[in-house]
Amino acid sequence: MDQPRRAFLEQTGRFILLTGAASLAWDYVLAGAPEAAPNYVATDHWWGMIIDIDKCIGCGNCVRACKAENDVPTDEPGCYRTWVERYQVRPDDMEHPIVDSPNGGYDGFPEIDKPGEGVKVFFVPKLCNHCAHSPCVQVCPVGATFESPDGVVLVDKDRCLGCRYCVQACPYGCRYIDPRTHTADKCTLCYHRITKGLTTACCEACPTAARQLVDLKNPNDPVHEYLRTHKVHVLKPNLATGAKAFYNGLDGSVR
Amino acid sequence: MPGVDGFIYPNEVELQWSVLIVLYPFLTGLVAGAFILASLERVFNVAAVHPTYRLALLTALAFLLVAPLPLQMHLGHPERSFSMYLTPHRESAMAMFGFVYLWYLMAVLVLEIWFDYRKDLVLAWRASRGLKRKLYGVATLWSDNISERSLQIDDRLARFITVVGIPSAFLLHGYVGFIFGSVKANPWWSTPLMPVVFLFSAMVSGIALVMLLYMAFCRIRRVPIDMPCVDTIARYLFYAFLIDFSLEMLDLIHRLYEADESLHALDFMVKTRLFVSQIVLQIILGTLVPIALLGMIQVTRLGERARRSVYAVAGALTLVGILAMRWNVVIGGQLFSKSFLGYTTYKMGFATREGLLPAILILVLPFVILAVLVRILPPWTDEASAQRQKA
Repeated sequence: MDQPRRAFLEQTGRFILLTGAASLAWDYVLAGAPEAAPNYVATDHWWGMIIDIDKCIGCGNCVRACKAENDVPTDEPGCYRTWVERYQVRPDDMEHPIVDSPNGGYDGFPEIDKPGEGVKVFFVPKLCNHCAHSPCVQVCPVGATFESPDGVVLVDKDRCLGCRYCVQACPYGCRYIDPRTHTADKCTLCYHRITKGLTTACCEACPTAARQLVDLKNPNDPVHEYLRTHKVHVLKPNLATGAKAFYNGLDGSVR
Repeated sequence: MPGVDGFIYPNEVELQWSVLIVLYPFLTGLVAGAFILASLERVFNVAAVHPTYRLALLTALAFLLVAPLPLQMHLGHPERSFSMYLTPHRESAMAMFGFVYLWYLMAVLVLEIWFDYRKDLVLAWRASRGLKRKLYGVATLWSDNISERSLQIDDRLARFITVVGIPSAFLLHGYVGFIFGSVKANPWWSTPLMPVVFLFSAMVSGIALVMLLYMAFCRIRRVPIDMPCVDTIARYLFYAFLIDFSLEMLDLIHRLYEADESLHALDFMVKTRLFVSQIVLQIILGTLVPIALLGMIQVTRLGERARRSVYAVAGALTLVGILAMRWNVVIGGQLFSKSFLGYTTYKMGFATREGLLPAILILVLPFVILAVLVRILPPWTDEASAQRQKA
């Protein structure tokens, strides 16, 4: 069949353009895909953490491990994916505890000079609660922060506008703006590790096993037995965020 | 840590929303208030405020054009802001801003101004030559029909747009209030009254601004001020102020009486770091004094000159008070820790990206735009008001 040259050129041109567009679009789709973890099925997991207040010795290992593992700035103030707070509570004044967290507990804690008689002292490790109904996810205007199917709250740095609404919305102070990327940043529960069968850096580094990564969807996870036999609490339960950081032995004075 | 009292979460050292975010509700509030003043004439037939009708519309437009600027300057990635239109997150209170803004700008303000000015634009088109003629041609959309019948249609359409515009103005600013009022993590913001308080304070500030602008323009143009007009505006300002103040007091009394765990932190803050901006600027100078001044006018018989001075002082104090109110909401809401155990300090830069200098420039810019708009689209109706005064 004799095809006029003009029609041939038009068709070929169109074909090339369309395949080019399709391949670009495909690249785009691939770029959004998570790092390959072949045996990991996101919907089979529901991640959380158990934190045992009585086991925490305030060494700051978790804070250092987190910063090292996740490349969290150490020279800028106000950049913590996890941190440790020290509470000193007088038995007769629970409403006004004395709290400190020098450099987020990164360097440990200075000794208390005069502990005072009858003052209760304990440490509270904090991190993103990976809420099931996250206020921070709710407010993001472009959906750059989201809850993954396995219950981890993540931020897409390539979409974040840096409007900081999520930082305002988090009741626990878990978010900050990464001064290098000008986007929101927070604990990812070491998503790059847990999807490969590892635990988080903070749990790995904790010398007393005060922090434990748990998979609430795994029937063999000891968390179920733990939650049955311990009186656990979440932070600010009145805000109904569905927090998944469960504290054992949490004092009522902790905010 | 310097500037920090008590305990704050380690990530709370830096304030997230700066003085630029203070300007955003202030600017949109002026837009909404100015538009509602304009609608008084158009929808509620308050003929006395006619001389300010077009000026109010142009003021609303000038401020609306600048309103997104502080937001853009604040964003970590302004180049991505357009994705709010392309991939909005429907659950987010902030995601709808772009749509509400565009609706208000294009479907309400620009359209209403266009219908209102169409006759003037056509006449200017006919009278001009060269490039100017081409520009006016574009502005009229090349339709030069200004027959009696078509002007009637214009008028009816503009009226309809105003009717749609009133809820839109409520939406625009009530929505800004909702952005703050819906943050449950922050007890200083989280109240259902927030959108309503924002709305009435918006009306107060917009009305005060147009009143001041009208008097200033009369002075510049050396024409007499239409006193019945300014008296009427001042009366509406007084009413709006009373509602606004009652709502704010309701909020305060409610907080004091409920006295939940956040009260101690907030109470301490108001008595220390926010004392000047909240108690002195917002409540005393920015609210009680103007209400007293405007109330005095309602019950006494002052001469024109004295009334003009009182209006100028009351209007200026009102604007200061509302700006202070925005400051206390936005900055005040970030000075205390969400642990309720401590406070931080806001350190404002000067010639930085989010410093005082850009804030001042952003505040001046709408006035520059307004001056240009007034030149292109003269809003004056001196003849009409002179005739009305004779009648």
